[in-house]
Amino acid sequence: MRKSRRIGSRFFMGLVFLFLYAPILLMIVFSFNAGNSNVVWQGFSLRWYEELFQDRTILQSLYTTLLVSVLATAVATVAGTFAAVGFYSMRRRTRSVLMNVNNIPMMNADIVTGVSLCLLFVAVFGLWNEFAANYRITLNLFGSLYRITFPELSLGFGTMLIAHITFNIPYVILSVGPKLRQMDNNLVDAARDLGCTWMGAFFKVILPEIKPGIVSGALIAFTMSVDDFVISYFTAGSSVSTLAMEIYSMARRRVSPEINAVSTLLFVVVLVLLVVVNLREARAEKAAARRGA
Amino acid sequence: MPKELIRLSDCTVSFDGEVVLDKINLYINDKEFLTLLGPSGCGKTTTLRIIGGFQAPTAGDVLFDGVRINDVPPHKRAVNTVFQKYALFPHLNVFENIAFGLRIPKADPETGKREKLSEEEIQRRVMEMLEVVNLKGFERRRVNQLSGGQQQRVAIARALVNQPKVLLLDEPLGALDLKLRKDMQNELKRIQQAMGITFIYVTHDQEEALAMSDTVVVMDQGKIQQIGTPEDIYNEPKNAFVADFIGESNILDGIMRADGVVEIFNRKFQCLDKGFLPDEPVDVVIRPEDVDIVPEDQGQLKGTVTSVTFKGVHYDTIVDFYGFKWLIQTTDFCPVDSHIGIKIDPDGIHVMKKSQYSGLFGDYSSYSEEYDEIGDATLEPEEEEEESHEE
Amino acid sequence: MKNRRSLLAVPYVGWMALFVIAPILIMVVYSFTTAAFDPTLANYTGMGTYTSIFLRSFQLALIATAICLLVGYPLAYVMAKEGPGFQRTATVLIMLPMWVNFLLRTYAWMAILENNGLLNQLFDLIGLFDLINGLFGTDIEFFRMIRTQGAVVLGMVYNYLPFMVLPIYSVIIKLDHSLLEAARDLGADTAGVFRRVILPLSLPGVLSGVTMVFVPSVSTFAISQLLGGGTHMLLGNLIELQFLGGAYNPHLGSAIAMVMMVIVIICMWIMNRFGEGEEQAVVL
Repeated sequence: MRKSRRIGSRFFMGLVFLFLYAPILLMIVFSFNAGNSNVVWQGFSLRWYEELFQDRTILQSLYTTLLVSVLATAVATVAGTFAAVGFYSMRRRTRSVLMNVNNIPMMNADIVTGVSLCLLFVAVFGLWNEFAANYRITLNLFGSLYRITFPELSLGFGTMLIAHITFNIPYVILSVGPKLRQMDNNLVDAARDLGCTWMGAFFKVILPEIKPGIVSGALIAFTMSVDDFVISYFTAGSSVSTLAMEIYSMARRRVSPEINAVSTLLFVVVLVLLVVVNLREARAEKAAARRGA
Repeated sequence: MPKELIRLSDCTVSFDGEVVLDKINLYINDKEFLTLLGPSGCGKTTTLRIIGGFQAPTAGDVLFDGVRINDVPPHKRAVNTVFQKYALFPHLNVFENIAFGLRIPKADPETGKREKLSEEEIQRRVMEMLEVVNLKGFERRRVNQLSGGQQQRVAIARALVNQPKVLLLDEPLGALDLKLRKDMQNELKRIQQAMGITFIYVTHDQEEALAMSDTVVVMDQGKIQQIGTPEDIYNEPKNAFVADFIGESNILDGIMRADGVVEIFNRKFQCLDKGFLPDEPVDVVIRPEDVDIVPEDQGQLKGTVTSVTFKGVHYDTIVDFYGFKWLIQTTDFCPVDSHIGIKIDPDGIHVMKKSQYSGLFGDYSSYSEEYDEIGDATLEPEEEEEESHEE
Repeated sequence: MKNRRSLLAVPYVGWMALFVIAPILIMVVYSFTTAAFDPTLANYTGMGTYTSIFLRSFQLALIATAICLLVGYPLAYVMAKEGPGFQRTATVLIMLPMWVNFLLRTYAWMAILENNGLLNQLFDLIGLFDLINGLFGTDIEFFRMIRTQGAVVLGMVYNYLPFMVLPIYSVIIKLDHSLLEAARDLGADTAGVFRRVILPLSLPGVLSGVTMVFVPSVSTFAISQLLGGGTHMLLGNLIELQFLGGAYNPHLGSAIAMVMMVIVIICMWIMNRFGEGEEQAVVL
């Protein structure tokens, strides 16, 4: 009776996972297809991988995707951690107001975040560019005249990066926060009592305590960045594009099977990374358990 | 003649080959207040979980009213539990927590039909229970707004309202402060007598056990060390473990020279114990309050006072006799370094057979003020058992 | 000293003011002005034209959310019943697809759902069409799946299911085991324990799961573009059109976004009233 229920639940899980992985499996299989169809199998070939490594556009967009994700994650993790520590040192009232603002990018639809940031950038850049077009600084240095003009600004990598940082920080704060709340407040006092400066206490006591939260926050932030399409789409302008934007614009015409190849590569890299990390963790846990026993 | 209600016969529990309970044999009478007493990891909570149905014994039988109930799930047992940290439902208020069990349709034992209690009936019984535990007027409160003591009462009411034949209590007072604990001890005893049902109570606090129980079961290392009334357990401990765990005791090596004569430090003492082999090595227990201090020249033994601690009612005096330190509780003040003699009446001496615990307890060389507190505070009660259970 | 530490948050507070609050205020301004930035209500009063798009968006998002709940809750529940090793693997397996961008995966669904796509090939292979044609005397060679509303709902379910599973799972996994034992002790059988304890206590997870599925579903434009073939316009598509598409009118786009936001906030608020008093659930 119990056993059959267990088999039933495993079967159900299997079905859901099949549903989740079907498109990925399909992409992997058809990345090795000799023909350029996603539907008809025409024999094994590495053709799309070869073409992928010669396709500047797709490689460039892959590079952009990874770069913006890595940079945004790094900045968001550091800024989010500091912000979380700051939030949890505030009075409850202030903190809850700020936390509500912090939740806005997370609760808001991506499209609203993207569109509103787009409006902000356009408005600010509009003002700036008008200013830049009309004013320049003329310097007289050692008898020669230097003319400094202000550069025109437009949507691009920088604005996209700002947008990514903005929607990543809340996730970091949300995952660091609980660790800070669990932390014994006396720890910091004890460190200071033993002679730490408050910065010293931060690095020696707070940071090690909340490290798991920081790591998982960074992981979530990176995932969200890689998975994002909508916000990048509205804030990147026309000069740069991520992989997702590339596909979106291709989808109106025809999507090249190189996309299958690049997705496969991405997936395999992530899978290998995860397996390695998980194995190491599992091994460490087992060792710890043995030590404990 | 009390009627037997629950019997555990040869109950064994092991997790991953580690034996947690080792062939426990125990019977529990109807309307009895029975306490399972022992240090953390001794198997007392596991024993309780077997009776509650949360843990099946690896071997052995559990009988309820003579019927084997090994495979009866918890919700079909006439037993209710008060959990260690109360386990009150956070999404329900006090009233609904208590009404929880009443709202579940019960199968009628005769007709087999599942019937619901009427709303009036539920209302009446919950209110009645609230009165029993002195929580009238709290029914609409959320449980996390209550103090520890109040939560405790809700947990008790929630269990009792189902009119169980047996109430299981797993260290229910562990989270309360000392004063509240004493009040709740009296309260529990009162409730048990008023309801006239069996209580099985798990604790690591020997005072609590002695104060409340009809029967105390002392456990250690998965085995029952002794079963008896509180007086038996205190006055006639079976081995050095029980003697040390219950109250303070000086435990000495002795040799039984004849019935009623035991030799300690090469001196013969009168005692009441008999039935040992001639010249059998034994453990001798002398309770600190059974020792009388007399002038040095009148004493059966002579020693030097090494430390005195004022305890309110008496002084804890540590006396060195030939290198062995005794604890003596006396109302007479003896300054440190004074030489004293002691006298022990025959009924103050208790002789026990040698056991695996001999030589482990009963010397006060390392005695310090914190002694008792450390003994009580070690106990994150039964943590290990819980963990291995979840795996 | 504590106050000195709170200074660490100052840069981020500034950042939020600039990149969270200011953009929304600008959007509000846009929604109440004309192209020449004269105040107007026209952006809102003309909204009636789009009623059908609003209705369709909310309808599809509701269906997708309901399906996610029906699939996601049991999944989270059975996951939480498994051993810790299995649980970790399952959680990773749920997160993993997100590392392949959602657009890539959605695009892969196109190949599955095409008229001559893999699913129809599979049906053909097992003789489903012959069977149906034989039974009903019809003459079908494929099911039309792509460019239907069903495909759009499928895309939503596919992409946002993890956001339903994870919050519910993390609430169930944290349930105090002794509560479940207490319920059984008080007479509840397995179904009773679920209905009377697990379900009510996992409600915060359900609420946050529903929010996290409904909000992106109702505002999506990529899924409807790829799987709906652009024929079933949703709110997201409408907004996109006003900003980056042919119908360039950011003022109207802002107004539509505002209305959508307000409706979503009202829905969430009503829903949260049901779970009143429950602590706010953690997102992931």
